[in-house]
Amino acid sequence: MAAAVKIQNITRKFGTLTAVRNVSLTIEKGTVHAIVGENGAGKSTLTNIISGMLPPTGGELIIRGKPVRFTSPKDAAEEGIGMVHQHFMLAGELRVAENIMLGYEECRLFSPLNRKAVNNRIRECAEKYSLALNPDARVSNLSVGEAQRVEIMKLLLRNASIMILDEPTAVLTPMESTKLFTTLRTLAENGHTVLFISHKLDEVLSFADTISVMRKGEIVCTMPAAGATKEQLAGRMVERGVLLSVDNPPATPGAERLRVSNLCLADTRGAQKLRNLSLSIKAGEIYGIAGVEGNGQSELLQALSGMLQGQKGIKGSIQLEGRSLLELSPRQITDCGVGAVPQNRHTEAVITSFSVTDNLIFGRHREPSLHRGAGFSHKALQQLESRLIPDYGVLCQNPAKQQLGALSGGNQQKVVVAREMTRPDLKLLILAQPTRGVDIGAIETIHRKIIEARSRGVAILLISAELEELITLSTRIGCIYNGAISHEFTAKECELKRLEGVAFQKEIGLYIT
Amino acid sequence: MNHPLQRALVPTLSILLAILLNAAIISATGTDPLMVAERIVRSTLGSPYGTGQVLFKATTLLFSALAVAIPFHLRLFNIGAEGQLQVGAIAAAISAASLPPSLTPWAAIPLAVLAAMTAGAGWASIAAILKIRFRVNEVISTIMLNFIAQGVSGYLLFNHFALPSTAHSAPIAENARIASFSELYGWFPSSPANPSLYAAIALSLGFWALLYRTRHGFEMRASGLQPLAAKRAGINPARHTLLAMAMGGASAGLGAANLVLGYKGYYEAGMTAGAGFSGIATALLAAAHPLWIMGSALFMGLLDYGGLAVNSLVPKEIFQVMTAVTILLVISATALNRRNS
Repeated sequence: MAAAVKIQNITRKFGTLTAVRNVSLTIEKGTVHAIVGENGAGKSTLTNIISGMLPPTGGELIIRGKPVRFTSPKDAAEEGIGMVHQHFMLAGELRVAENIMLGYEECRLFSPLNRKAVNNRIRECAEKYSLALNPDARVSNLSVGEAQRVEIMKLLLRNASIMILDEPTAVLTPMESTKLFTTLRTLAENGHTVLFISHKLDEVLSFADTISVMRKGEIVCTMPAAGATKEQLAGRMVERGVLLSVDNPPATPGAERLRVSNLCLADTRGAQKLRNLSLSIKAGEIYGIAGVEGNGQSELLQALSGMLQGQKGIKGSIQLEGRSLLELSPRQITDCGVGAVPQNRHTEAVITSFSVTDNLIFGRHREPSLHRGAGFSHKALQQLESRLIPDYGVLCQNPAKQQLGALSGGNQQKVVVAREMTRPDLKLLILAQPTRGVDIGAIETIHRKIIEARSRGVAILLISAELEELITLSTRIGCIYNGAISHEFTAKECELKRLEGVAFQKEIGLYIT
Repeated sequence: MNHPLQRALVPTLSILLAILLNAAIISATGTDPLMVAERIVRSTLGSPYGTGQVLFKATTLLFSALAVAIPFHLRLFNIGAEGQLQVGAIAAAISAASLPPSLTPWAAIPLAVLAAMTAGAGWASIAAILKIRFRVNEVISTIMLNFIAQGVSGYLLFNHFALPSTAHSAPIAENARIASFSELYGWFPSSPANPSLYAAIALSLGFWALLYRTRHGFEMRASGLQPLAAKRAGINPARHTLLAMAMGGASAGLGAANLVLGYKGYYEAGMTAGAGFSGIATALLAAAHPLWIMGSALFMGLLDYGGLAVNSLVPKEIFQVMTAVTILLVISATALNRRNS
């Protein structure tokens, strides 16, 4: 039987850059195939070629034994290939069923939609592949995991037998991830072929049948997941040795820096998002917040960064060394010595069409040391970039000219982290998902820098969906559930349980669900 | 698409295409396109008077295009340059007519210009405030403000300031007139081109420097590109919205001063003649870049006056169609270029 997907000598160039170089790969029908690799290794480009988003510069694509040439995702869809993107393509105002029907209404324009039939098909499909979904829910009210299920369901009802998922678990909680992989496994057993990209070696090893490693636009090896090890994969992904978890010497916390007491917050619809949330962070310690997305983390971050200034429905207090932050604007808060790496890099932390250097000073552009007249001092900017770029291992040739958007996600994140961590007189650092969508090599750099900042005496608040990351870095861990800290692990507990690994993750899991 | 020559190829081709298309339109009306082209060139750049007329038109267009371009960098679409010109013009005319004749031109002109700028800036600020306080879309509010400006200036003119049985206000004091190049140095004889042109060029350069060389411009561009990120970075979006709209309105006021103090010498009904709307096209043609705008204002000024000059050969309406077709083609071409790069 012919393989589901066969790629022969595919190459894709962007200008002078070769994103994918002479890649050949065979993906068998009914398997779950994972592609791992660092940021910028060419994984997304390769999947975009298979799904018809990008035409290859050279080479051949063979689907079920038939050579094809896609000019658009539509062509690929006709061959039964569907893709779930990292950023979902759903209409938030519409209901689940409507989103699934969209573009596939199966009835003439202006004739009434056959809602009932669609709802039934959705229920059937949901049962068969354990994709729990309510067809009548509004998409804007869904969690990330549910929205992803809508995307998968869309593909299933469009008869996609080859499914491509770009970093499907980047935004999921560990539980949702497990659920997703159960679904993917059922799909494979029913004859579908699943291809997914991931950064997380653990999940790749436990859920995929076959693993391909990409590096610098080439596939360096393809192996069965059974028998492969994490070290082996990491070694093939990066040429140099990578520490999978950084050293975390014991912390020596100082005086209290941040105190949040009984913080309550209701959103505009009156729903209670934070309920008497209290926590305190000392100088020189990392306070980790573990939790499933949507339990108040975003609201806490907004309150801490001044984005809720002047808003009604806030009770309680936030104090930095005794000074109340709730009445302050974002600018006044940063002036107090607070740095922040926001959750969503693209919309909150950078200007992608600005140069790398401009992004290094973005938000710090009011610092007098960078000024000259009404503009910026070239010399000061050059000094800053020549200090930060090598120190944080940002890969870019010409920071003053190159657009930030041209860098890979990991390198963009390093720019943000470098900028925020090197603020003068930094007292409090707020890190939200600091390594989301970042490759192993970059994670190591960022983790090392976080520990360094802590040792310098900075108070750090770390919010992450990666329990492993939290356990590795945090001095203390608070579990957030339903808008409050439901349990706190003391420094002693964290130090001891860090050695337990998965067992500790499971224990935290109990408090956040 | 990285080589500058390559990048110039698409716009050049689109202009060629526009010329061919326009030639076809002219032929369709039964006139020889070559003769029309010759007449346009001869009557504009071919004579000192024509050149002067083109420069004068370009001056007003440059001011009104900057009125659109500055807010554009904050993703604000100022449709209201027309209204801002109108209130600026009436403010310039009334203030210049009521100045004491004994005042030196060095005081009288700046005072009248300041009145025009203030009026334009104030008018534009209304839209900014509506946006900041009540989240009214600036496109809607500036369109409405255009109607209001039209009504208010018409009412003021005909009920308070018009000279009996005319449609214009009292002539301004001699000391508030901006002398033309022709009167000053004998350049472009008898054309209304005047030193406001210097001010317009200086303003373009100034806006360029503001946008790309100052911290204020850094904040403006950031706010326009990614508003949420800018807010988190401590940039106050309301402040920038108000300032950009006010600067734009002031620029429109300067354009009005050029018309009143440098040319007409009074306020007349309909004197702005859509210069505010042409300003939108001029700004978009240059992708709102303050330096490119100088080129596009010159081009639009050329078409504007060239159209008048060939009025006997090509009906005004047909010439309007041709101008709009050209702008559409050039804008599509630049969009195409941007996508390919």
